[in-house]
Amino acid sequence: MNRDEGAPASWEVFLRARRGLAHQHVGSVRAAGPDAALAVARDLYTRRGDPLSLWVVRSDAVHAVSPDERDPYFAGTHGKPYRYPEHFPPLTEEGSEGDHDQ
Amino acid sequence: MSAPTAVTGEAGQEEPLTRFEALIAQGGTIEPRDWMPDGYRRMLIRQIAQHAHSEIIGMQPEGAWLTRAPSLHRKSVLIAKVQDEAGHGLYLYSAAETLGVDRADLLDALHLGRQRASATFNHPALTWADTGAIAWLTDGAAVINQAPLCRTSYGPYARAMRRVCQEEAFHVRQGYDLMRALCEGTPEQKAMAQDAVDRWWLPAVALMFGPPDTEAGGADARTAALGAAVSRRAMAWGIKRHTNDELRQRFVDQCVPQAERLGLTLPDPAIRWNEERGHYDFTPIDWDTYRTALGDDTHWARRRIDHRRTAHEDGAWVREAATAYAAREEAGASADASGPAVPRQAQEERA
Repeated sequence: MNRDEGAPASWEVFLRARRGLAHQHVGSVRAAGPDAALAVARDLYTRRGDPLSLWVVRSDAVHAVSPDERDPYFAGTHGKPYRYPEHFPPLTEEGSEGDHDQ
Repeated sequence: MSAPTAVTGEAGQEEPLTRFEALIAQGGTIEPRDWMPDGYRRMLIRQIAQHAHSEIIGMQPEGAWLTRAPSLHRKSVLIAKVQDEAGHGLYLYSAAETLGVDRADLLDALHLGRQRASATFNHPALTWADTGAIAWLTDGAAVINQAPLCRTSYGPYARAMRRVCQEEAFHVRQGYDLMRALCEGTPEQKAMAQDAVDRWWLPAVALMFGPPDTEAGGADARTAALGAAVSRRAMAWGIKRHTNDELRQRFVDQCVPQAERLGLTLPDPAIRWNEERGHYDFTPIDWDTYRTALGDDTHWARRRIDHRRTAHEDGAWVREAATAYAAREEAGASADASGPAVPRQAQEERA
């Protein structure tokens, strides 16, 4: 496909749906530039609710880990039970109920 | 929070297909960068594209009534509803693009007849009551179809469907409310409502759910066997959760009491409560005949696609202007050496 010439760029859309939430990825839009992308994203993702803010980021500007590398890359999450509170006895006999950090 | 467990066996040891099938078996979600079988990808692209096309083609019958709505209130509601349909199409094209296709190519495929929209919308909306019947019946059918798709195995599709379903409930309710207003109106208004239901019942019950995929008699036996094979595959992959026929029955069961409350008659003399089955009986759809009558070469099928293509071509200058504007802005931003080209608003809002 030699569409890259004329087709509008893809933009990932992030929405802060309401106060207290982080921006969350909601989907993507196609638009020629950032202003148009914001306008399209507003029409598409904020028709209801009490949205607070929108971000658009060019899809090709997102850098991601490839699935092939996943296991070595995220290996740090495996085999480390001591990173969880359950690995240790609670502070009092009431169990986690009595922990001052609960 | 407890420690996460690996999907299967030793990390990195299992074959991609094994990992994929294990995820599906656990009711897990497949995400865009995961390995997936080609057939799974193809089935998803086909289904999501057909779904997206149906959403945007489905804007036309109701859209034709925007300028003729009987009150400002009904007009505002209808504009919101038709705008939602455009939005549903765009959520779905966005989901399809995560599978490695380009939405411009999908639109070309629709315009050139290589891909299709649901034949439901190859019917004209002849009166104002049709906008109510479409929303009550075809959107009602869509809700029944789409609610299980919120749990479909492909993540971006499931997330798009959750957005769609949240909005679809409004569509059905406003349609039913419109029909109720007509049924409580003059005898002419009520007759108009009945007439619209007579025309939209079969498209909803047949076309919104697709061909039979459990059992069918006579000429449709082969269609049903074929449909059953496709549905089995789609259900094994967690794309579909129920057969077409199961969802169709659910739709009929829901509509009969709703029609009774309106005082309208569904145009099927065979509709009757079956105590034994615990469902309403209805006439099996003569699928072969219906499909022939609704080929791609009918007047309304051509008209829907022509309208869509014309709108796309007439809008070319807008796309060109937006591209020219974006190019000028970008040139201006890179020429401005005084700072990075980050809009002030984005700087202030960084989380």
